[in-house]
Amino acid sequence: MARPMQVSRYWRHFREKYRLIGGKCENGHVHFPKRPVCPVCGSRNVEEIELSGKGKVISWTIVRNPPSGFEYYKPFPLALIELEEGPIVLAQLTDVDPEEIDFGMEVEVVTKKIKEFEEDGIILYGYKFRPPVK
Amino acid sequence: MRKAVIIGAGMTPVGEHWKLGLRDLAVEAIFNAMEDAGIDKVDSLYVGNMISGPFVEQENLGALIADWAGLGNIPAVKIEAACASGGAAVQEGVKAVMSGLEDVVAVVGVEKMTDAWPSDATRYLAYAADAEWELFHGASFVALNALVMRYYMKTYGYTEEDLALFAVNAHANGAKNPYAMFKRPIKVETVLKSPYVADPLKLFDASPVCDGAASVIITTPEKAKELGVPKEKWVEVAGMGRAIDTISLASREDLLTLKAAKVAAERAYKMAGVEPKDIDFFEVHDAFTVMAALSLEALGAAKKGEGAKLAKEGQIAIDADYPIQTMGGLKARGHPVGATGVYQTVEAVLQLRGEAPSQVPDAEIGLTQNIGGTGSNITVSIFRRV
Repeated sequence: MARPMQVSRYWRHFREKYRLIGGKCENGHVHFPKRPVCPVCGSRNVEEIELSGKGKVISWTIVRNPPSGFEYYKPFPLALIELEEGPIVLAQLTDVDPEEIDFGMEVEVVTKKIKEFEEDGIILYGYKFRPPVK
Repeated sequence: MRKAVIIGAGMTPVGEHWKLGLRDLAVEAIFNAMEDAGIDKVDSLYVGNMISGPFVEQENLGALIADWAGLGNIPAVKIEAACASGGAAVQEGVKAVMSGLEDVVAVVGVEKMTDAWPSDATRYLAYAADAEWELFHGASFVALNALVMRYYMKTYGYTEEDLALFAVNAHANGAKNPYAMFKRPIKVETVLKSPYVADPLKLFDASPVCDGAASVIITTPEKAKELGVPKEKWVEVAGMGRAIDTISLASREDLLTLKAAKVAAERAYKMAGVEPKDIDFFEVHDAFTVMAALSLEALGAAKKGEGAKLAKEGQIAIDADYPIQTMGGLKARGHPVGATGVYQTVEAVLQLRGEAPSQVPDAEIGLTQNIGGTGSNITVSIFRRV
């Protein structure tokens, strides 16, 4: 499993994972995460864009047998969320009763702990989504 | 381009082989295929395998298996395309023969999965997903397929019961296959009462973690004649295609279209000069019940949104119009991931020779479709009786 020397592997994505930085090509197509080539039109002229983090649940599941390293959180909800700018993001849902999750449910991004490794390991943070705090 | 025929096929039973290691399984399957063809040497070996590194700390499978099978100083490599590794290895072997570079090729698909803890196995399988954007968030393969399953049911109005019919059909056929892991028929209730692994996907919607190996021998018709292989054993490789789609599910243009299967199938149909209605049986990749439905749609056997309808109308049984999973499919035969595409090929060969335990009457043309990732890497091959 991951050791501290793997810090760089996670650190290089911290902007995307803390601030939801995606890509927008010269023709206006938005995607997440940012890619070197626009998946819609093939343009390589892609700029960074910070996404709003507001979206809707389009499908979800409750993960009961997670991959090793996520046992502590089980069972946890995982969803596909369509952001208001268009791209779909895969993320865990948090601060929600699994029974309340439904198609089209509005959610907003929040930074949370994703997982931690052993005693000498790193703690990973990233985006999860929750029902909007009013 | 030369023609390619399969002249030998062999396999091991699928199951939890606690007494056999990866090399034992692979060698046994190769010996069975070579014996079936009646030959004692090959020009090269292609090994279909997905994740031997994490599972058994062994890479360099080309050297390991050719060495232990006593195949001599031949070229031998591992081909990896996630769960479609077996299908890809068969196609690489066929390409070598068709190109004229190699005359007699052995392909083996092998996976040894039961040496790992279940949660580690879940993790290794998820290596076929996007590590940074899917596994990072704790997505298992089952979870990704569950997201598709819920969306499919919602979009077209199907129920968990409807999709369970694919598992029931697979088990009915697997019950007759001596090489299958599960040789018992099941009922819809069996599926519905099984525990959720990732809602709405239940244990019986999913294929098992298991071990196994399967092998085929490929050559040209001329060489087959020269080697004295009786014509009854030949099965022609009529068409093949392969394509990829976005590695992460979230990036898909349409969650409910297996674009890679569609593109791969178009190529395979064109090369074989046939249409979906000409296919006598479909060995589709039913790692999860919803994938069987989406596969039938992508392969042109059903219209979009009507894959599960074929199951509801009883059209997927052995004696119906679109028989699938004739020897149990991934669900009942078992899914030793990197070996599955080769098992499908072996089963297609047996059907076309008329030697299958649950025989499709007068089968002349069969199709195999092998999915890697959540639809991200797919092979389609079409075989014809000679």
